[in-house]
Amino acid sequence: MEMKVVAKPIAKESSILYLDGVSVSFDGFKALNDLSFVVQPGEMKAIIGPNGAGKTTMMDVITGKTRPDTGEVYFKDATDLTRLDEARIVNLGIGRKFQKPTVFESHTVFDNLELSLKGNKSPFATLFSKLSADDALKIEDTLNTIRLTDRKDWLAGNLSHGQKQWLEIGMLLMQDPELLLVDEPVAGMTDAETVETADLLRLIAKTRSVVVVEHDMEFVRSLQCKVIVLHEGHVLAEGSLDKVANDPEVIDVYLGR
Amino acid sequence: MKNKNNKALGPFFSLITDLPGGGKAFMGILLAVALYTVIGNTLIPESSFAHVPTYMVTLMGKYLCYALLALSVDLIWGYCGILSLGHGAFFSLGGYAMGMYLMRQIGDRGVYGNPELPDFMVFLNWQELPWYWSGFDNFFVAALMVMLVPGLLAFVFGWFAFRSRVTGVYFSIITQAMTYALLLAFFRNDMGFGGNNGLTDFKDLLGFDLRSDGMRLGLFVGSAVAVALGYLICAFITRSKFGRVLIAIRDAESRTRFTGYRVEFYKLSVFVISAVLAGIAGAFYVPQVGIINPSEFSPANSIEVVIWVAVGGRGTLWGAVLGAVLVNWGKSYFTGAFPEAWLYLLGGLFVCTTLFLPKGIVGTVPEWWAKIKLRLGRFKPDLIQTGKGDM
Repeated sequence: MEMKVVAKPIAKESSILYLDGVSVSFDGFKALNDLSFVVQPGEMKAIIGPNGAGKTTMMDVITGKTRPDTGEVYFKDATDLTRLDEARIVNLGIGRKFQKPTVFESHTVFDNLELSLKGNKSPFATLFSKLSADDALKIEDTLNTIRLTDRKDWLAGNLSHGQKQWLEIGMLLMQDPELLLVDEPVAGMTDAETVETADLLRLIAKTRSVVVVEHDMEFVRSLQCKVIVLHEGHVLAEGSLDKVANDPEVIDVYLGR
Repeated sequence: MKNKNNKALGPFFSLITDLPGGGKAFMGILLAVALYTVIGNTLIPESSFAHVPTYMVTLMGKYLCYALLALSVDLIWGYCGILSLGHGAFFSLGGYAMGMYLMRQIGDRGVYGNPELPDFMVFLNWQELPWYWSGFDNFFVAALMVMLVPGLLAFVFGWFAFRSRVTGVYFSIITQAMTYALLLAFFRNDMGFGGNNGLTDFKDLLGFDLRSDGMRLGLFVGSAVAVALGYLICAFITRSKFGRVLIAIRDAESRTRFTGYRVEFYKLSVFVISAVLAGIAGAFYVPQVGIINPSEFSPANSIEVVIWVAVGGRGTLWGAVLGAVLVNWGKSYFTGAFPEAWLYLLGGLFVCTTLFLPKGIVGTVPEWWAKIKLRLGRFKPDLIQTGKGDM
């Protein structure tokens, strides 16, 4: 272990998320190929890359949906995520937003947030659980943050596309995660909604680490954070958006097209 | 509203007082029908047109057993999206457990007069009772087995299926396979459950003659109480946070998983509860119809249950009860009047339900009502959007 830390330019200590040499292949197709990067606590990182670059597979590996063939994935320097299942990883403090907004459509906005509350999630506990006043306050807080207070009694299925995206982000916040993985949060949003979402994510990033996967360059620029460019399952470039945007290799595979 | 406490009334009554309007109405109707049947059978003279003959009491008792079976299917299908096409197996296992007790009650009154062995075992030249029949002469052991055997099968089956994340149509197909496998197994004489003929020729239950009017009425009342309790349990489950997780699983399974819930545990819990309810339904069914044989395991039976629930309205609980009673009443009538047409009618009913009543009677009729109200201009749009309407 010591040797590895010395050999690699990236540090595992004090990191919130650490990926080293992660490879995944499906029927011979290498979705991830020796992928390594680190996220520090309180840091926001945007991950960009063309379709098929491995962005979603990377999310799957971090959240326990896919097991890597080789490589290490650590949360907070100590927890090996490749050994845990999805529910365990969520309860450790890693929240994931899907590309397509996924909320519980036949529940109200309020119930969606209540179900996402951090706490004992065993069947027996939920059978007899009652909503405490504290938790109700937390839900009201989150409703404010995601600007859905006046929609709290609506069925989630009746929300607009953008509102569903916010609700899903709100559901992640209810779990009080230390790390948020957000997959294309502004896909299909109006310009005004995109601006509001960028504000929302910057607000969230003040207290948590956030990894955003996104196609929309304007949006990535408005996040004002470090960017990782993924290509064929591998990190192609890393740095500020201006730096990677001027990288000839990046221009060649992605931005130049 | 949900967390309103009714401490003064005790936890049991709060189960009833917390019900939504539709649920209270359902409990009221069930109570009224049960009361009328009892009074109509015992107090109203046979000459009166309001008299309820005993064969009718037993017929209604049978419908109520089907209703409980439908409830158990609605609990998993309507709320958790698990489409079991093998619930007849749990029903039949509960029925067989009860049948075994009833066989032991026959004692030496069988055709062969053997006090130790049921007739079919004597016929097969068996010398002693198989080990798995021991204890079934005790009612409480049998009653325990009525719940334990279906529950255990559901646990083992569900454990493997849900842990391997078998869902949707694949799950439905393996449940069909399960009930078909049991059908074949119970057909075998070597199994020790009466083979093709099953268990029949019952005499007593708890020492009372099964053919007496009082016993028939008692079984009907027992079935009604079982449906009422089953309904209350299902209503409690579905209205708890546990129930909201089930609906979440139905609508967005992976979101539920990524919200930190162990989806397989939830599915397993509710599947086992449902199988136990189905087993209890089977146990009330067998003494009322007087026979249990392997044909109860037939895959078509399990599919029929799903049709009852679809017709009544899935995800509504009392819709399942309504569907079971209506379809079976129709079956009793049509198999008498037009025996060849029944299967076509049943198939047609399912097609029509899918096309015109996708939410079943209970789910669709209020929608029509809302549309009529809209035409009349008295409609309040917030009722639909907020989901605050009655369940």
